[in-house]
Amino acid sequence: MSTAELLSKQEYKYGFVTDIESDVIPRGLSEDTIRLIVEKKNEPEWMLEFRLKAYRHWLTMKEPKHWPNLKYPNVDYQDMIYYSAPKQKATKASLDEVDPELLRTFEKLGIPLTEQKQLAGVAVDAVFDSVSVATTYKEKLKKHGVIFCSFTEAIRDYPELVKKYLGSVVPTNDNFFAALNSAVFSDGSFCFIPKGVRCPMELSTYFRINNAESGQFERTLIVAEEGSHVSYLEGCTAPKFDKNQLHAAVVELVALDDAQIKYSTVQNWYAGDEEGRGGIYNFVTKRGKCAGKNSKISWTQVETGSAITWKYPSCILQGDNSIGEFYSVALTNHAQQADTGTKMIHLGKNTRSTIISKGIAAGKSNNSYRGLVKVMPKAEGARNYTQCDSMLIGSSCGANTFPYIEVMNNTSSVEHEASTSKISEEQLFYLQQRGISQEDAVSLIINGFCKDVFLQLPMEFAVEAQRLLGLKLEGSVG
Amino acid sequence: MLEIKNLYAGIDGKTILKGINLNVKKGEIHAIMGPNGSGKSTLAKVLAGHPQYEVTSGEILYEGRNLLEMSPDERAREGVFMAFQYPIEVPGVSNAQFLRLAYNEKRKHLGEEELDPLEFRDLLKERAKVVEMEASFMTRSVNEGFSGGEKKRNEILQMAVLEPKLSVLDETDSGLDIDALRVVANGVNQLHTPNDAIIVVTHYQRLLNYIVPDFVHVLANGVIAREGGKELALELESKGYDWITKADQNGKGAGAPAN
Repeated sequence: MSTAELLSKQEYKYGFVTDIESDVIPRGLSEDTIRLIVEKKNEPEWMLEFRLKAYRHWLTMKEPKHWPNLKYPNVDYQDMIYYSAPKQKATKASLDEVDPELLRTFEKLGIPLTEQKQLAGVAVDAVFDSVSVATTYKEKLKKHGVIFCSFTEAIRDYPELVKKYLGSVVPTNDNFFAALNSAVFSDGSFCFIPKGVRCPMELSTYFRINNAESGQFERTLIVAEEGSHVSYLEGCTAPKFDKNQLHAAVVELVALDDAQIKYSTVQNWYAGDEEGRGGIYNFVTKRGKCAGKNSKISWTQVETGSAITWKYPSCILQGDNSIGEFYSVALTNHAQQADTGTKMIHLGKNTRSTIISKGIAAGKSNNSYRGLVKVMPKAEGARNYTQCDSMLIGSSCGANTFPYIEVMNNTSSVEHEASTSKISEEQLFYLQQRGISQEDAVSLIINGFCKDVFLQLPMEFAVEAQRLLGLKLEGSVG
Repeated sequence: MLEIKNLYAGIDGKTILKGINLNVKKGEIHAIMGPNGSGKSTLAKVLAGHPQYEVTSGEILYEGRNLLEMSPDERAREGVFMAFQYPIEVPGVSNAQFLRLAYNEKRKHLGEEELDPLEFRDLLKERAKVVEMEASFMTRSVNEGFSGGEKKRNEILQMAVLEPKLSVLDETDSGLDIDALRVVANGVNQLHTPNDAIIVVTHYQRLLNYIVPDFVHVLANGVIAREGGKELALELESKGYDWITKADQNGKGAGAPAN
């Protein structure tokens, strides 16, 4: 069997659909849709206002189709379902009340939720279509003062915190997709780490899109108070459908004085088939604000899925001496397209940022890095180091780098390095001559290429990421 | 162990090897010598299965099996090893990680248990002595930033770890100073046993002072123009290659195969 044949037989192992009865609202989007969502979720008046304000902004905005290096047909926002929730009791006293079908689904995805089987050392919030179905280790975390719950619960139980921080990093009118999300988001995760607390375990959210016609619009808000630390992981998968599905999430991080947030993503949405049929449109706004002095926000992402990726996890370095980091591996194969990167906005004195981006393009895919480093006049002594490396596999793919640098004072230093390489036949031959199969040789070279990023991932995630890259690239050489 | 019969091979449609015959038995060391462009490296790469080289006719039997039907990695797992003239860099992959993967592939192939990183570390430490390599090399990326001599020593280290049955050393002496040459040659000699065979491809006789061949074959214009014992190498050292290549071009067949 040729390697190309091997690849076409490569199954996306998370492509199954869960057969479950869902509460689905009619397709289409209007103020009435938003009122319906608010009613379903039993939300307070201020949330309705937040949503309507966002919606009215959204109506005046245009989808950003001209500047990203992405080509896709127009999305019909009226032909989409904005709320789909598995039917079950709205509030779960314990995990035992969660529909067993849902538990089985997550278990199949490698995320056991039941008490006996829960992952050690990681608290999980499991989001299925529009709602959070379970959050593990909630009580244990509460003992440390850490709040980790679904967004719905947060609005109900911690309205003051939510009101204070929701939209404080990504305003409702920030961009087209963020405005849409603010109008219709249905659930997500909320984390609050109080002053001086080191979160005793990793927190994570696992996103699963199940419904073929619903978009997923979730919201994550992480607040780390003075001197606190938290490491947060995000994973995602979706079934295989011929139609594209929209995922437009917003993630906001707030780090106060001396706080540290580490946010890691291994994204494995369904990417569509070889011809580009189906797959997730991933239009995500992720931004962190280093609001306090000496704070630090670190984004690590491994992007492997999605038909389209539009995503720029960013840092606003407001506090003096604050640090922003962005480590990224974006892999595209077949007909996938990715336009991803970061923004580092230096506002405070002596702020530092590091950007390490590794783009890998195979098949007919197109992979672009787009990054902005902006140093404002008051950010004296700011420093940035950027390294963008691209690797091409085969000759039908494309890799681009679009760096934007704006420096408005003369005490700062900004460095940018970029490289493009190919996996050479000589490299493969060398490894094969030592008894390593061609597929393993490709994995080894790619993992070496991505090492600087993988080193930033929590151990188990790093192993998962390496395995995933190998799987995604199987058969793409030769 | 190795039988090459009337081998024709080349690259990009150009025939380089024009009827090579060679027999290598267990325990033997063969030197393949010849001027630049005579086809020495082509022969080495064909044996290892480099994808750009094409065999147009002839046969290679390795332990009685058709070598040409095997992929490069299969050949390696079956015990064919080539020390590269220009070892390749693999950024971000540590020497230890690479060697363990290669070693375990072979163990798997032989139906043996794989070694975990700790067990392998001990083995590697032991084998590294063969080429006097320090532990710091193991954590560095494969060949990245290595000097020419370090790269060649690293090749022999791989040979020490993989314990091949047939080793082809492709111009392993090129770019080595005399001290490094001695280390590399000592390493090869330590590894050589009555159970394996070595083919040393070299332009110069120098290496053969240390790795003493049982047979010397001189390639010229894609054929074996001369064959003999180790004295032949010394003769070449004093006379150069001209007398062989000229004789060959005159159609005299100065070195008709002796066997």
